[in-house]
Amino acid sequence: MQSTALPTPEQHGIRAHSDGPIVPVQTRSERFRSTDVADFAPITGREHEWKYSPVAAFADLTSGELDGSRVEVEATDAAGVSLSWIPRDDARVGRAGIPEERASANAWSAFGEAALVEVAGEEAKTVTVTRSGLGTTPRAAHTVIEAAPFSQALVVLRGIGDARLTENVEVVVGEGANLTVVSLQEWTDESVHLASHFARIGRDAKLKHIVVSLGGKVVRVNPSTHLAEQGADVEALGLYFSDAGQHLEQQVFVHHDAPHTRSRVTYKGALQGEGARSVWIGDVLIGNTATGTDSYEQNRNLVLTDGTRADSVPNLEIETGDIEGAGHASATGRFDDEQLFYLQARGIPEDEARRLVVRGFLAEVVQQIGDAELEERLIRALEAELQGS
Amino acid sequence: MSVLEIKNLHVNVETDQGTREILRGVDLTIREGEIHAIMGPNGSGKSTLAYTIAGHPKYTVVEGEILLDGENVLEMSVDERARAGMFLAMQYPVEIPGVTVTNFLRTAKTAIDGEAPSIRTWLKDVRGAMTNLRMDSGFAERNVNEGFSGGEKKRNEILQLELLKPKFAVLDETDSGLDVDALKVVSEGVNRAHSNTGLGILLITHYTRILRYIKPDFVHVFVAGKIAEQGGPELADRLEEEGYDRYHVAESATQ
Repeated sequence: MQSTALPTPEQHGIRAHSDGPIVPVQTRSERFRSTDVADFAPITGREHEWKYSPVAAFADLTSGELDGSRVEVEATDAAGVSLSWIPRDDARVGRAGIPEERASANAWSAFGEAALVEVAGEEAKTVTVTRSGLGTTPRAAHTVIEAAPFSQALVVLRGIGDARLTENVEVVVGEGANLTVVSLQEWTDESVHLASHFARIGRDAKLKHIVVSLGGKVVRVNPSTHLAEQGADVEALGLYFSDAGQHLEQQVFVHHDAPHTRSRVTYKGALQGEGARSVWIGDVLIGNTATGTDSYEQNRNLVLTDGTRADSVPNLEIETGDIEGAGHASATGRFDDEQLFYLQARGIPEDEARRLVVRGFLAEVVQQIGDAELEERLIRALEAELQGS
Repeated sequence: MSVLEIKNLHVNVETDQGTREILRGVDLTIREGEIHAIMGPNGSGKSTLAYTIAGHPKYTVVEGEILLDGENVLEMSVDERARAGMFLAMQYPVEIPGVTVTNFLRTAKTAIDGEAPSIRTWLKDVRGAMTNLRMDSGFAERNVNEGFSGGEKKRNEILQLELLKPKFAVLDETDSGLDVDALKVVSEGVNRAHSNTGLGILLITHYTRILRYIKPDFVHVFVAGKIAEQGGPELADRLEEEGYDRYHVAESATQ
C-alpha cells in the first residue's frame, strides 16, 4: 500500500512503501499528460505505471509503428444507439481525458479515425460492439462512447480473436444520463491488449464501468474516471480470471472533482496455475472542491493454486476535510477451508464445493452487471475457466 | 433401525502451543428416533465432539471409533458422511458470498439424494419449510448466511435439517444467541423434523432452556473431554438448579 502524496506531513500511518524508501510527493492529478508519444521517454520497466507489467512482451505497442486504420467493428441493433467513424481531428475526440503513459500516447498518435458510439433515448437498451479479426499486426484504435443527457444504455465493448492492440476509449456521460460500459476481453491466448479508458461524468449522471478480463496473454485495462460535476457517480467494477502464464492488469483512477460525487470501486479476481499474474492499482483522488464525497475502493483476489502472484495497491489521496466517507480495502487469500467444510458437510463433494465458492466469489461482480443474458454467459465462461483446473 | 455408535473416542487438536488432548474416551450410542442432550461447561469438548463426528480436518482422532450402522465413519470424507445420513447444525455457520440459499439447497439436496429433486415438489417443500420457520420468501435469493442475523443463521441451519432429512443430526449450541421467540421457532423445527423423519438427535448445549422445548430421552453431562454422568430428563433439571460446579470439583479431585 502506498500514498502518492502527503496531504499533511503529520497524517497518520504514512510511511515509505516497502519497494522504495521515498514516498513520491506528487499528486495523481499532476501526472504528465500528452497525446504525442514523442513526449514520453522510452519505457525502462521501472516507472511506477509500468513496474508490474511485462514491458518486454509488448515493446512493439509502446514504441513501435502501429497500424492505425479502422479495425473490424460490428454492433448489434438497438434503437437510439448508432455507430459511425469520425476523423481524428473531430471536436468530439479528446474531451474525456488524454494519455498519461506511452502505450496510450502511441495509440493516440497513430489512430486514423475514431469509432463513435452515440447513445440517446431514455429507455433502457443493450448494444454489443464486437471487435474481431484484428490479427497479429500491432494496432492502434480509438473509440468514443457518448451518452446524451438523460439517456440510458448498456454498451458492451467485446474483443475476440487475435489482437496486438493499444487503444484509448473515451466515455462521455451527459447530464443525468445512466450509462453502463462493459469492456469484455475474450482474446486468444497469445493476444496482447493495452487500453486506457477515460470517462467524464456530468452532473447527476451515473456510469457503471465493468472490466471483465478472461482471455489474452497480457491484458492491461486502465480506467480513469473524472467525476467532473456535482452529483456524478461511478460504480467501477472488475472481474478477472488469470490462468497459467497470463498477465491481467488494471490501474483504476477515480478523480472526485466536484461536490457530492460518489464512487465505488470493486475488483475481484481469481488466479490459477503456474505464472498466473494479476495487478490491481486503485488510485482515488478527492480534490479540494469535492466536498461531501463518498468513496470506497476494494480489491479481492482468490488464489487457487501455487505459483501465482497478485499485486494489489490501493492509494487514497484526500485534499479536503469535508467528506462523507472514504475508504479502501485489499485482500488476497487462499481458499477459505471453513466454506469448503460447510458445503461438504451438506453432502456436496469437494471439487463441486470449490467451484461453487469460486463462482460465488466472482458472481458478486457478475450479479451487478444488470443484463441477464450477459450475466449468464459470463457465469458459463467462468465455469469453463474453472474446469481448466 | 439405524444406530450411531461412538466408542472410546480420543481426539487431539494442534494449537500454537502444541498438541492438546480434547476428547478423552467418549462412549455414546444413539438410535434412530432418540434425542440425546449433551450438556457441559465451556471448554469441556462438546463442540469438538460435534465437529469430529462431521469430520472437520482440524481434529485428529487418535483412538476409538465412530460407527454408523456398523460402517466406519472415520474413514469417510466430510461429504460422504453427509451423504451417509449425518448432519451438523453449526454454531457459527459461515457466509458463502455469491451463492444463493436456493442454489445451495438444491445443490445439497441433489448431492445427498444422488439425483436432482423434482422441481415442483422441491419448490413446494422449500416454501413450506420456510413458512414454518417464519422465514420470508426473499430469504431464498439472499447469499448463504451473508448479512444474516444470529437468529436467521440458526433458522437456515434448521431449514437444511428439515429439507435434507438426515438419519442423525448433531445440533451444536443451536440455542446460543437466540431470543425466546427465535428459540421457539427453531425448537419447533427440530421437533417437526423429529416427528416427520424419526431421526436421532444429539443436542449439544450449555444451557437448559432449549430443553423446555425439545424433550430429550437422555441427558449426558460432559466434563473435561468425556461423559461424567448420564441419566434421563431429570438430570437436566438438577443441572439447572446446581450448575456444573460439582463436576469441576470432582474433576480436579481426580487430577
